Amino acid sequence: MKLDPNKKIDIKELLQDLDKYEPKRRGWHWRDKRNENRVVGDFEFHETSEELKNYVPLPGSRGFHYIDPQPDCVVTTEIASGRFEDDIRRMRMAAWHGADHIMVIRTAGQSHIDSLIEGTTQGIGGIAVTRKQVRASRKALDMIEEEVGREINFHSYISGVAGPDIAVMFAEEGVNGAHQDPQYNVLYRNVNMVRSFVDACEAKKVMAWADMLQIDGAHNANATAMKAWKVRPELMVQHAINSIFSKKVGIKPENIALSTVPPTAPPAPCMRLDLPYAVALRDFFSEYKMRAQQNTKYMESDMREATVTHTLNLMISRLTSADIQSTITPDEGRNVPWHYNNIAAISTAKQALNGMDGLREMVKLDREGSLGKEVRELKERAVLFMEEMLEVGGYFKAVESGFFIDSGYYPERNGDGIPREIEGGIGAGHVYERDEDYFAPVSVHYGYNNVPKEFAKASDAIGGDTFEDRTKIIFVDELDEFDNVNTRLKEVEKYYDTNIVKPEVEWRADGIVATTIFLPLDERTAEFAAIKCGEKMGLEDVTVVHKQCIHPSEGTVVEIKGRVKFDIDINELVIPEKASVLSEDEIRADIAAKPLFVVAATVGQDEHSVGLKETLDIKHGGIEKYGIKYLYLGTSCPVEKLVDAAIETNADAILASTIITHDDVHVKNMRKLHELCIEKGIRDRIMLACGGTQVSNEIAKEAGMDAGFGRGTKGIDVASFLVKRRKEI
Amino acid sequence: MKRADDYEVRRQHLANLSDEELKTRFWELAEKIVQPMLELGHKNTTPAIERSVLLRMGFSSLEVKPIVEGVMKKGLMGKGAGNVVWRLSKKLGISVREAGVGLAEGKYWDEVDALF
Repeated sequence: MKLDPNKKIDIKELLQDLDKYEPKRRGWHWRDKRNENRVVGDFEFHETSEELKNYVPLPGSRGFHYIDPQPDCVVTTEIASGRFEDDIRRMRMAAWHGADHIMVIRTAGQSHIDSLIEGTTQGIGGIAVTRKQVRASRKALDMIEEEVGREINFHSYISGVAGPDIAVMFAEEGVNGAHQDPQYNVLYRNVNMVRSFVDACEAKKVMAWADMLQIDGAHNANATAMKAWKVRPELMVQHAINSIFSKKVGIKPENIALSTVPPTAPPAPCMRLDLPYAVALRDFFSEYKMRAQQNTKYMESDMREATVTHTLNLMISRLTSADIQSTITPDEGRNVPWHYNNIAAISTAKQALNGMDGLREMVKLDREGSLGKEVRELKERAVLFMEEMLEVGGYFKAVESGFFIDSGYYPERNGDGIPREIEGGIGAGHVYERDEDYFAPVSVHYGYNNVPKEFAKASDAIGGDTFEDRTKIIFVDELDEFDNVNTRLKEVEKYYDTNIVKPEVEWRADGIVATTIFLPLDERTAEFAAIKCGEKMGLEDVTVVHKQCIHPSEGTVVEIKGRVKFDIDINELVIPEKASVLSEDEIRADIAAKPLFVVAATVGQDEHSVGLKETLDIKHGGIEKYGIKYLYLGTSCPVEKLVDAAIETNADAILASTIITHDDVHVKNMRKLHELCIEKGIRDRIMLACGGTQVSNEIAKEAGMDAGFGRGTKGIDVASFLVKRRKEI
Repeated sequence: MKRADDYEVRRQHLANLSDEELKTRFWELAEKIVQPMLELGHKNTTPAIERSVLLRMGFSSLEVKPIVEGVMKKGLMGKGAGNVVWRLSKKLGISVREAGVGLAEGKYWDEVDALF
């Protein structure tokens, strides 16, 4: 199965023969050809990696030959819709925008299930992480990485009471990275402490064999603590415990990553708090990798605000370092992320990282002043934290006495930490001492193993395990007759590769749309008025996803979401045909045989000149390039003057630019131009064309022009039109 | 516990350490903290670890759960669930797969008593 950029991924075909599918490769992949200078378009970049084969560049790239430089670090996106068949489509979109680390969130409660789960049941806030879903997703990513031309890392979670089971399944299925941190189980999932660390030894050993990248769970302290910047010393301790523990079990340091988040956000002076922390971490953890996450703690429903905070986080990444740049969707403060908000987050990262390429060559951190002092203090506080842990009797005792997630800036203590009992928690009492004749007949195992003398290695006893012989893996398909992917696909059959379509944000044909409404009302009244607006617009299940006071009485902006009740039949759409463009040679030949002269100006009270100049000027590939001569009358040109100039010069065409659209002035100008030409008796022999950001061919023709040109128009489009139209007159 | 910030008092013994010495101390302490946990992992096993062993021996998640539960009931976790299956297969002269599936289906448990 190979992907065609012009065709949707066929989920049904993907699910075929899944029981026989073998992942293409195993292990984590860093971006290729980093740390070398690279010329992309007009520029030399200093912090990029190999370019993609297929991509969607940033909108601003229009001014730079549509380049799409790929930053040096791996870029993460988190996908969590609960339906893997829809997530796979989003993974493909994300890969085209530059994500190469796809993190799949698990369904709520999976960490407390003492076993692997199977099938394709629908999840809440994530997918049920099962072998079938993992295999299908990896199979899709194996194709997507061929399509974009870059390896994609697939990632999920090895935590909870089935950590070793999941680690084995991930290793077998070619999962490339995972969160694994026993402290996370203890503090946030109330899994028994001893069980959690004993399980972690086996899980990490398996991860080491599979060459998986590990990310720790320390960022959760940041999200849980009441004042996130106060737990910075503790965060360093949590990172240290998981890092050294993992290394001792056998994971190589370059596969051990810290999940680090700038702890605070504006309006706090976040740079002064976050930067020293970032520097202190990179000093102490120089042997390990940095997975720079973005702040979620102080996120509200305002996507603009979230984007600014995340851009500041990206600045910290560029001022210090980031091996993996994680992204948080700007709508995380509203709902489970929507398709296009994953893309928004990836684009924010790509845009900021591109923009700050090579920043450290010009800007150096001044460690002589307050930064150095802060860094030193944070480090000392972290050391003091660990000293006291050992004083009270070690990790378990420290957790029992509520050392962790205390809101005090250590050594300050507020007595509000999360205490856990050594005998308590889920899975307590299920730790068993290995006897002298304990034996585990597998190729990868942590700890004591009494391998019988007749075998060179443990797994010889069984003729090799699944890590040595894949054919031994038992694939379980569906267990639930109703809750599975086949039922779900059947429910949306009507929209599956047919001519019927419905808007969506998460799942195929979920029907959800969002609208922004400004109301000249106070906040509370506006909220209810906005819901009424949505209902009158024909939406169902209308809810407010964001509101922002603009002024206590003058107005509020409200964003609502709702479900549309209708389908669209694309066969019934009237889509005007896109004008075909002549080749450069055809145009040149025609102009050479019969010269063409145009007059051009930006009409009305309008000072915009860039678009029209680009259309005319030879330097920008304008019509001049093809031999067309022109007279440019500048900006704010009265329509009368333009028409008079056309008559005087006996021009073949008038090109008018109109950018301002206030009160539909662009349409009025076009109409006026058309009518004046009729009045002066030249309309039947002159070509009229208009361009502007809000102009389309349809709008222009409606207003009497022969053609209209909108955003993204090139000189060749206009030249081609002129040549073709002249033949018609 | 509640305590005011006494950082300035506590840090006295660290004040004269160089940055490099402070880093060394940080990692020495971290290593000391995790040492007992590594030992626990070395000496012990859990239902999840034993399930993970059985998965790698070629059993499905549906099969490994009843096997491990049976091993726990028999008080044989200290031997290893994989070991139980392997020894059983040897004793009965059947494949490892047959032995494990049998246990998962509730068969052969009487034989298990005599394995150790």
